[in-house]
Amino acid sequence: MNRIDELFLCKRNNILSIYFTAGYPELNSTATLIKLLAEGGADMIEIGMPFSDPLADGPVIQRSNETALRNGISLKILFNQLSGIRKTINIPLLLMGYLNPVLRFGIENFCKKCSETGIDGVILPDLPPEIYKKEYSGLFSRNGLYNILLISPRTDNERVRIIDSISRGFVYMVSSSSTTGVKGQFTERQIEYFRRIKEMNLLNPLMIGFGISDNSTFKEACQMANGAIVGSAFIKFLSDKKPDKVLIEGFIDRIRNSSIT
Amino acid sequence: MKYNVDEWGYYGEFGGAYIPEMMHSNIKLLRDNYLNIINSEDFNKEINSLLRDYAGRPSPLFHAKRLSKHYNTNIYLKREDLNHTGAHKINNTIGQILIARRLGKTRIIAETGAGQHGVATATVCALMGLECVVYMGKLDVERQMPNVLRMKMLGAEVVPVVSGNMTLKDATNEAIRDWINNPNDTYYIIGSVVGPHPYPDLVARLQSVISRELKWQLKEHTGKSDPDYIIACVGGGSNAAGSFYNYLDNEKVNLIAVEAAGKGVKTAETAATIATGSPGIIHGSRTMLIQDEDGQVKEPYSISAGLDYPGIGPLFAALNQSGRVTFESATDEEAMEAAFRLTRLEGIIPALEPAHALAVLDKIRFGLKDVVVITLSGRGDKDMAAYMSYMNRMNNIS
Ligand SMILES: Cc1ncc(COP(=O)(O)O)c(C=O)c1O
Repeated sequence: MNRIDELFLCKRNNILSIYFTAGYPELNSTATLIKLLAEGGADMIEIGMPFSDPLADGPVIQRSNETALRNGISLKILFNQLSGIRKTINIPLLLMGYLNPVLRFGIENFCKKCSETGIDGVILPDLPPEIYKKEYSGLFSRNGLYNILLISPRTDNERVRIIDSISRGFVYMVSSSSTTGVKGQFTERQIEYFRRIKEMNLLNPLMIGFGISDNSTFKEACQMANGAIVGSAFIKFLSDKKPDKVLIEGFIDRIRNSSIT
Repeated sequence: MKYNVDEWGYYGEFGGAYIPEMMHSNIKLLRDNYLNIINSEDFNKEINSLLRDYAGRPSPLFHAKRLSKHYNTNIYLKREDLNHTGAHKINNTIGQILIARRLGKTRIIAETGAGQHGVATATVCALMGLECVVYMGKLDVERQMPNVLRMKMLGAEVVPVVSGNMTLKDATNEAIRDWINNPNDTYYIIGSVVGPHPYPDLVARLQSVISRELKWQLKEHTGKSDPDYIIACVGGGSNAAGSFYNYLDNEKVNLIAVEAAGKGVKTAETAATIATGSPGIIHGSRTMLIQDEDGQVKEPYSISAGLDYPGIGPLFAALNQSGRVTFESATDEEAMEAAFRLTRLEGIIPALEPAHALAVLDKIRFGLKDVVVITLSGRGDKDMAAYMSYMNRMNNIS
C-alpha cells in the first residue's frame, strides 16, 4: 500500500506535512532534515526539487532554490542522498518541483528512481491535470507513484470534481490565489472557499497549503481539511540556523500546539 | 493553414500550456474568447482605426537602394521602426489591451527586456486609462534607461526584477507571479509569441499585420507580392512571426530567422536558442530552451536586451524542426557593424535587435535579381549608449 494511503487510513485529522528544499541550507542537509522532521513529529515530508525558474513560488522558496542550486544540487544527487532512506524513515515522502528538470532527467527514469527510493508521491505544479492524465498517468501508476494535483480558489466545482477523480493520495488545496509564502491570518473569503470545498466531500483527503505559517493558520486549516502543509515558514526558520533535534522539535511543536513564538 | 496551432495549443510537439492551477481560470478565459474577439467586427473596426490613426500604419516599405548596391541585390526594409513608440511591439499591445477591456480587466501587467514592449504597453494603458505595472530585469533597467524614463512618464510603475540574472526571463517569471497573485482584475499583456497557449497564437495573429501589408506593398514596388527572402530577428519571435505569417504556406518564399549569438554560438555567452538549445519547458510552453544537463535554464547573453531570452516561441521550434524556416545567428560585433552600415548608407539608425537581421547580409550571398525583405523591427534611440561606446572603441583602434 502507498504510504500516503496508510497515513490517511490511520490518521484523519491534524496531519502536518512539511516542505523543505533539497540541498538547502547545505548540499548534504537533505537526509538529515528528513530524519529530524520525521523524529520531530511531522506526518509527511515534501522534498523540493530545486529549479532555476520556480514560477509558483514566492521570494523565500525562490531564494532557497537559488542557494540549493549554487550548493550543487541536482536530481541525480538528490536520488543519491535519498538512497537507503527507507531503512529508517516510514512516513510518506513526496518530491515537489517543476516539470522541466524531471523531463530532462527522463520521466520514465524519474518514476523508476522514485519507486526504487521509496518516494510515494510527486507534486508538479506546472503539470496540468489534463496533460498528466493524457501523457503520464499510466507510467505513474505502474510505478506505484501518486501525482498530487492542486486546486485553487478559482477552480470551479466542476473542475474540482475532475481533479479529484484524477487524483490519488490527497488533493492539495492552495489556500489563496497566490504564490507560496507567508501572508498572515486567513480572510473571510478564504474560509468561505475552504468551506465550499469541504462540503463537496471529495473522494480524496484534503491538505491545505501555501500561507500556513503558525499555530493559528494550522489549526484553522485543520478544521477545514485533513491537515496542512508548511513550506515557506519552515524555510525561513531554517535560513539562519544549523538544524538540530531541539530546533526542529521546537518548530513542529509551535505549529501544532501554541501560537507563542 | 499548415502551420497553425492545433486545438490543444500545440505546433507539432511544441507549445501547450504548462501552467499551475492558479493560472488556469485566466488562461481558459482568454483561450475560450480570443478568437471570437479578434474575429468580431467591432474589434476589427477599433483595432484598424487605432493601428492607422494612432500607431501610424501601414508602416512604409522602403527600397534601400544604397544598401542594395552594396550587397548586389534588392533590399526592402519593412519600417516597423516608424510605428508610434518605435517598434513592432505596439501592434500587439493595441490588440491585447482591446481584448483585456472586453474581458473586463482593469489592471495591466507586462514584462519587458529592451523596454520596447514595456513602453508600448504603458502607452496603450495611458490611452485607455488603465493601471500599468511593468516588470523589467534590473540589468535591463540599467542598459535601457531611456525606455524606463518613457514608461515612468507614461504613468506606468516599473518594477526592477532582481532574481536570476536580472533580465527578460526573470522579468517574465515575475509578471507570471503577479498574475497568480492578482487573478481577478489583472490581464497580462505578454510581449512576444511565447508563454502558454493561446498567447503564441494570439500574438502571432496580432503581428500578422506586418506580412499582410507587405503583400500589397511589394506588389506596388515590384509587381509581385512574394519576395524571394524575408529576414527577421528572433528573441521570442513576434516580429518574425508577423513578417512570416502570411507567407508560411508559400514555400517559394525563403524565410530566415536570425538569433543573437552574443559572443558566439560556441561560447557560453549566447542567446541563440535554436543553435544551442534543446527541447524543454519555459514560461508555460514546450519549446527549444537553453538549459544545462540537469534541466536548469541557463542565463543567456546578448548585447541586445530584446533578444536576451533563453527560449523561443513554440511556433519557431516547430518551424525549425520542419525546416520551413532557416535559422542564422549574428554576434554582438556583427550586429554592431550592420547597424553602422545601415546608418551610414541609408540614414536609418536601427535598434540593436534588427541589426542582427541586417548582419545576415554579410553571411548569405543573395542574387542580383532577388527581392530580399528585412524587417526593421525598431529604431535605435534606446541603444545610443551602446552605439557610442562601440564608436569610441573603433575610433581608438584606428
Ligand atoms: C526592436 C525590437 N525587435 C525585436 C525584439 C525581439 O522580440 P521579438 O522576437 O518578439 O520580435 C524586440 C524586443 O524587445 C525589440 O524591441
